[in-house]
Amino acid sequence: MSKREWPLYEVFIRSKAGLSHRHAGSIHAADDQMALDHARDTYTRRSEGVSLWVVRSSAIVASDPAESAAFFEPAKDKIYRHPTFYEIPDGVDNL
Amino acid sequence: MYTQGLDQKGQTANNRGTTESQEQLAAFQRRIDAEEKIEAKDWMPEGYRRTLVRQISQHAHSEIIGMQPEGNWLTRAPTLKRKAILLAKVQDEAGHGLYLYSAGETLGTSRDQMVGDLLSGKAKYSSIFNYPTLTWADIGAIGWLVDGAAIMNQIPLCRCSYGPYARAMVRVCKEESFHQRQGFDIMLALSRGTAAQQAMAQDALNRWWWPSIMMFGPNDSNSRHSAQSMAWKIKRFSNDELRQKFIDVTVPQAEFLGLKVPDDDLEFDKLTGHYRFGEIDWQELSDVIAGNGPCNRQRMARRRQAHDDGAWVRKAAQAYADKQAAKKAA
Repeated sequence: MSKREWPLYEVFIRSKAGLSHRHAGSIHAADDQMALDHARDTYTRRSEGVSLWVVRSSAIVASDPAESAAFFEPAKDKIYRHPTFYEIPDGVDNL
Repeated sequence: MYTQGLDQKGQTANNRGTTESQEQLAAFQRRIDAEEKIEAKDWMPEGYRRTLVRQISQHAHSEIIGMQPEGNWLTRAPTLKRKAILLAKVQDEAGHGLYLYSAGETLGTSRDQMVGDLLSGKAKYSSIFNYPTLTWADIGAIGWLVDGAAIMNQIPLCRCSYGPYARAMVRVCKEESFHQRQGFDIMLALSRGTAAQQAMAQDALNRWWWPSIMMFGPNDSNSRHSAQSMAWKIKRFSNDELRQKFIDVTVPQAEFLGLKVPDDDLEFDKLTGHYRFGEIDWQELSDVIAGNGPCNRQRMARRRQAHDDGAWVRKAAQAYADKQAAKKAA
């Protein structure tokens, strides 16, 4: 076993042009190019993608699930941001 | 790909020596009961984490070791087409292992640690891969029966409560269907062939049938950890339910092939709509799990050798990465 473990990369795949990249999983690689090669071999053996992103897992900044209630709370009471909040009288169309 | 009896071994009493409060545990169970998915950084009971690490890593090890019996026939596949297909399948198994290690790592155990546990013999893998592949028909039987049994196990795992495992299984199941069909296709070709080819197919079924239905693990009455795994929705169906389902769908396929399932007690029960089948030799299963199957030692020796043989590659890649990084920094 190598003394140092190869860094972990998160893999994102764009399945076809017009769609956004989506998280697929992760892989280990010694460097960025190897990360791309491994991601291709591991996650796109059946033409699942037209574009790949790999990013060091350690570079991702994530919100804390334990704090998620408080973190996302500001959006909770602003239901007027949704169109369904507004009542449209009968007879008004195309709104 | 192949989970089986993976929740059987080595589980100790859950939550011992941890400071999990009853409220935390109850809140967690409420999330599970509401069919919420648990994600990597969410709070979870230590027992849940431990169960998953063990199951996912053993599942991954099974994929990796599972390359060996099939790899045995890569250079001797009967045609170039069969060879290309088998190569793709074996490559898939490596991929499945990697998806699973990656899912396992989200629980805080590194891949090196998991691989280390396999190499040291601490971690188990599916018993089925400790049987030899003696003829080309065995490659057909593995795809048809072993992958067929694996699919039965894995489809419900796509709905497992742990998100990263469930997502990995969705990916695996899509690919697994190819594995099973290519296996059946080999059996079909043999069963339509010469008398010698038919006999070869029958011989493979004779040897792989019982080990395949053992893959579902012990009877429910002897499966100590099933209840907790079911409550946590890691497992959705019991061993016996899945085994019955597998037998019900597979026996008609054997009949189509003109092959005889090697079980004299096998009989369709019109009343229940299920096949009744003979007693499984549980002693054989526990012998194989204990390390005394026909190929256990060979499989482990081969895996350790492959790992050691690859050491220079890992070292060289690391040295190259370090050199490039140093150049960039300069």
